[in-house]
Amino acid sequence: MSSPLTELRTAPHVKRNLGVERIMSHVVLALLPIAAFAVWQYGLSALALIITVIASCLLTERLCNRLGGVASTLSDGSATITGLLLALTLPPAFPLWMGAVAGFMAIALGKALFGGLGFNVLNPALVGRAFVQAAFPAAITSWVPAYAPERFSAFVPTTWTLPFMTPPDISAWAKAAVDGFTGATPLARWKFENVLTSPIDFLSGAVTASAGETSAILILLCGLYLAARRFLDWRIPVAVLASAALTAWIFQLMDPVRYPDPLFALLSGGLVIGAMFMATDMVTSPVTPLGVWLYGVFIGVLTMMIRYFGGLTEGVMYAILFGNALAPLIDRLTPPRVFGHPRLWSRS
Amino acid sequence: MSLPGPKPRSNLEELLEGIWKQNPVFIMMLGMCPTLAVSVSAVNALSMGLATGFVLSGSTLLVSLIRNIVPREVRIATYILIIATFVTVVDYLIQAISLAIYEALGAFIQLIVVNCIILGRAEAHAARNPPLRALLNALGMSMGFTIGLLALGAVREILGAGKLFGISLFGPDFQPWVVMMLPPGGFFVLGAWLLFFNWFNRRKTPVASDKPAQGHAHV
Repeated sequence: MSSPLTELRTAPHVKRNLGVERIMSHVVLALLPIAAFAVWQYGLSALALIITVIASCLLTERLCNRLGGVASTLSDGSATITGLLLALTLPPAFPLWMGAVAGFMAIALGKALFGGLGFNVLNPALVGRAFVQAAFPAAITSWVPAYAPERFSAFVPTTWTLPFMTPPDISAWAKAAVDGFTGATPLARWKFENVLTSPIDFLSGAVTASAGETSAILILLCGLYLAARRFLDWRIPVAVLASAALTAWIFQLMDPVRYPDPLFALLSGGLVIGAMFMATDMVTSPVTPLGVWLYGVFIGVLTMMIRYFGGLTEGVMYAILFGNALAPLIDRLTPPRVFGHPRLWSRS
Repeated sequence: MSLPGPKPRSNLEELLEGIWKQNPVFIMMLGMCPTLAVSVSAVNALSMGLATGFVLSGSTLLVSLIRNIVPREVRIATYILIIATFVTVVDYLIQAISLAIYEALGAFIQLIVVNCIILGRAEAHAARNPPLRALLNALGMSMGFTIGLLALGAVREILGAGKLFGISLFGPDFQPWVVMMLPPGGFFVLGAWLLFFNWFNRRKTPVASDKPAQGHAHV
């Protein structure tokens, strides 16, 4: 049989060679500098944590594939990204076994139960972090100093905690490693001690924080690369950051003594990495142009509300999870107008 | 539900039905409120299972005995009255046996009266079957419910406190999973058990895949 002379096909005829795998590999590429900076700041413990969480995510993904009787989806790279992002949101000296639990929950509870990539309602990495935050509230708020002198020759004592065991108390170790270490994040120091961390400390990364949230400039650059390649919707980070800054500015106008300046609000905590890499998850964010703006503003304002009025010091995670849950509703309420049809809201 | 099938069940099948095939927790999903609320430890789960089992067996037997003399119109009120009597009995019994357990279970002992397994069994089974069969079925259901509660309580106690029936399993350094003691933990563990049972039952009886085709589901 020779091939037919004319091949009949429907549009599209010209396709861009762009699948899930290519997008995901670009996201991994964009996250690598952030991960490398985290390892530079926190040393071996951060490296071990990143490797453990990714391995846990990949193993869980494979296990769920087997149980579900489908072909392996490891090669699409989404589990790698979930693991990498999750590790970057954890404290650098988080016990490895808890990191493995977080990775398992992220994939099993956050993704596989819904039917795999594309069907999940919530961002898997944040589901994993929310679980360990609820399960191990003490361990997830135990911070270690950045740039400890021995960070490349020794692990933090908590890293190798035996599975199911309580991590040892490291406050003495941390004080010995870095002089004047307080063990509180900039947000906690502002909230409970009313001490503002200077922007210079933020830029150099010499702050107490989760592994990957310290360098706002690096995260912005990596995000810009993805936005330029159109792998993330630039409107989401712009909306999140602008609305958070605006909220902070309004509060500062009302009470300059109590509330910090917008720059502090942007640089502290996980706002930038959350806005750039987690709120922009293609699966869990809205698709309509107006909906994307609404979603971003909602996350930005809610983050600041949790920070200023909530019991927690940081609210980015819950704000994004809440935004994810609202995304389908936002999409329904903001459909683009179809040509020739009346506007949705003028019908009544 | 005991629909009239092609052949009548034997007494043994009647007893075993509630334990596996119609397990109140894992298959019928009845009585979720006490299941989720009191299953924070194995001891609580066991006492709740036994208390519910006592009420279930007693009320089922009584309902079955009087099934032919109760007018249809007032049957629900009659059943509730019978159930409430047994709940009162079990309420005082637990107070007398162990005040600690009574306080741990709290209002959920009195709430056995509205447990849907009990009224459901009275209406669907006891009112249509002779006393022996009704009692056998109720005993099976009670065991099934207790097993279900224990399955939840054991997992939650092991992960949430590192203990089983109050005995420490991992030594003093155990890191408790706080979330397992909170309400979300109950849902997580129940969901995990349901997943396991569905997976197991599907493995046992290979049927044609009922999975929706990729790309058509939940878009």
